[in-house]
Amino acid sequence: MDSRAKNRVTYTLDSTLESVNMAEQKALEVSGKWGFDEDAQHHISMAVREAAVNAVLHGNGYDPNKKFFIAYEMTPKGMVITVTDQGKGLDPQSIPDPLAPDNLMKPSGRGIFLIRSFMDEVTIRNLDPGTEITLVKHVGHEAANSKEEVK
Amino acid sequence: MTLKASSRQVDGVNIVDLNGRITLGEGSVILRDTVRDLISKGRKHILLNLGDVTYIDSSGIGELVSAFTSVRNQGGELKLLKLTKKVHDLLQITKLYTVFDVRDDEAQAVQSFPKTK
Repeated sequence: MDSRAKNRVTYTLDSTLESVNMAEQKALEVSGKWGFDEDAQHHISMAVREAAVNAVLHGNGYDPNKKFFIAYEMTPKGMVITVTDQGKGLDPQSIPDPLAPDNLMKPSGRGIFLIRSFMDEVTIRNLDPGTEITLVKHVGHEAANSKEEVK
Repeated sequence: MTLKASSRQVDGVNIVDLNGRITLGEGSVILRDTVRDLISKGRKHILLNLGDVTYIDSSGIGELVSAFTSVRNQGGELKLLKLTKKVHDLLQITKLYTVFDVRDDEAQAVQSFPKTK
């Protein structure tokens, strides 16, 4: 279920936790292969895990008839990962701030926040239906501030 | 890769040694069940030893928060012991580091709980 080019790897995955684990593991492997250090590999794989969880759980709702798609690509800019689901779509503006005092002790709602914390660029696109989230890790330095673009 | 949890008692404190990953699915469920089981037995002084926890995702963080709240709502205390750097950084990023009572030394952590009669 994967297609490989020299600097691009793509997968079509079932909406399961096993797929989430697989997406995370591949992120770790591919980022290591493409020269990211251990800390960056951890941040990338964790961001991918959170994006995959969103796709499987919040997007596709574990629906066995829905897939999610993930592409890992190495570009001159850095590593670009795109995760796309077939769910009802996500409004990024509706995501509460998990650091707000009222939300700090809530048991959920930290996934997108962690993705933004660990990656240099995060773009969330509502496909209507479906959501596409694009994560970028620049080459050669750690993310100081994540930047988000909403389309 | 899955989470293993084992409980022991030291001076009235229930130390839960966790080993593996606390992530969405089995890891989070094991942590939840372990804490619920202790609470149901009236054991409300809980020290989670995270020294061998290699990875926590947002679901795992949520489970730690839920455990903390559940124990506190029952009049107990839940503290964390021996965070790895990755887990420490995660709690810092999410501003939960100051919410939890985090300890490095087990004996001192045990002594920090109120004495049970």
